[in-house]
Amino acid sequence: MSHANPAKKIINNPLKCADELFEGLVIAYDGKARRVGTRSIVMNALRPDAPALLVGGGAGHEPIYHGLVGKGMADGAAVGEIFAAPPPDIVLEATQAVNRGKGVLFLYGNYAGDVMNFDIGAELAAEEGITVKTVIIADDVCSAPPSEKHKRRGVAGLVPITKIAGGASMSVDSLDELARIAQKACDNTRTVGVSTKPGSIPATGKPTFELADDIIGLGMGIHGEKGVALIPMCTADELAVKILDLLFADDLTLNAGDEIVFFVNSLGSTHMMELLILLRAAKPILEKRGIKIHQTIVDNIVTCQEMAGVSFSITKLDAELKKFWDLPCESVGYTKL
Amino acid sequence: MPKATLSKDEVKAMLILACERIIAAEPMLSEADRNLGDGDHGMGMERGMRASIEKLNAAEVESIEKAFATVGMAMMSSMGGASGAIFGTFFRNGGKALNGKEVFDAAGLAVFLKAGVDGVKQRGGAAIGDKTCVDAMEPAANKAAEVAGDSLPEAIKAVAAATEAGKEASKAMVAKFGRAKTLGEGCIGFPDAGACSVVVIIDAFRDFIVA
Repeated sequence: MSHANPAKKIINNPLKCADELFEGLVIAYDGKARRVGTRSIVMNALRPDAPALLVGGGAGHEPIYHGLVGKGMADGAAVGEIFAAPPPDIVLEATQAVNRGKGVLFLYGNYAGDVMNFDIGAELAAEEGITVKTVIIADDVCSAPPSEKHKRRGVAGLVPITKIAGGASMSVDSLDELARIAQKACDNTRTVGVSTKPGSIPATGKPTFELADDIIGLGMGIHGEKGVALIPMCTADELAVKILDLLFADDLTLNAGDEIVFFVNSLGSTHMMELLILLRAAKPILEKRGIKIHQTIVDNIVTCQEMAGVSFSITKLDAELKKFWDLPCESVGYTKL
Repeated sequence: MPKATLSKDEVKAMLILACERIIAAEPMLSEADRNLGDGDHGMGMERGMRASIEKLNAAEVESIEKAFATVGMAMMSSMGGASGAIFGTFFRNGGKALNGKEVFDAAGLAVFLKAGVDGVKQRGGAAIGDKTCVDAMEPAANKAAEVAGDSLPEAIKAVAAATEAGKEASKAMVAKFGRAKTLGEGCIGFPDAGACSVVVIIDAFRDFIVA
């Protein structure tokens, strides 16, 4: 097997990236979280007698998901290989570690491998007497029409969703209640992403997809899944309009007076400079509709290696979601004071 | 001499041969996946089969059921992703259906393949024609049911031919699952990488039984 490294990744062994980044992540948590079993990470100070929030997915998209463990965020994460869902026994070890007798909510993105492995993990947990509920994140507007929401992929909306569910997990006492709130956060969240350049697969050095130099993939998924259109390269002001038009055209009603969390995410190598220029363009468009930005996030949190591109996520807040959003949280990937 | 039936130790040896064949086929499987997916199918399968050999050799095999289930558990645990869940389920469910069987014969082959592919379909939601491993597994199971009354060597030869034909048929299909789905008609002409793996496994079974 060749270990070509055309992307010049600063690594040791392309086949050991998942394990080695995981070991680094545990160190980055500065004692607030610990390694459990093969490749799970769990918070040290868990609220007693509370339902647990477990997230997870493949590695290579850091800081998600395993970087979202912490106070007011997820209690733990099950971590897979690069771009591969965590196997059921890793899901089980994480589930056992976060469970405090009140059951565990699985919260993850809608990808076939994740659904199968978390489902098997839930069956194994049931055999151990642990109650599991599942809420699947499917916020990517361009991956399927509103009538086929179950086919939509989970992308950057997972950040506000995990934050709100994490806030709820600090306060609620039942798993059903935690699942209800997480589901509501999902129902109120939409994302549209665009891509300008692919990332590469660490083990092969190959790009995850191909895209011409002067073309933007509108609605493209974080692994290069086909979007809604290939459009010529354009300015930030023009692109902000196109992304927001797709968000407004979806089935999440946004009326004057509605409050939202607005998340401008870089898919990897797109610079903060560009994110800020896009935010500057987006805000007046939202304001013109009377939509109030309750809080902005501008960061690289949901990434695919050195992929270039950006996504806008909108989470509409009602009084209940706002209450959980407003609680502070702390994690490697996202911290809110 | 072709083998009329297999003991639990022979099943173990047959499974180890299948693992070795997958490991040797890694470049071919990865290439098949590069045409349609992200090119890591062969590496994942290799990881799963190395783990399977280790587990199979770690202890005396208790039963035919356990031999198959050991491979299923090892693949599921070591691979992760969709392939780990799918191939793990195939071997685990197929093995479970052989509970209590003292010998592996043509009827057992049919039981194994039917339970295996049913488990995969239930877990992943794929049907025949979706350009997945099911396109090789289901024709294999159907043929095995047809020839369940034949001798094991005759049956496995027919099953291997049906598996290969199923894999070949997947070339003309448009993918409904996984990353290949994003290619639309661009995936026509290439066989599904998972179906290629099924062919390698069943061919190994055939070569072990017929040899």
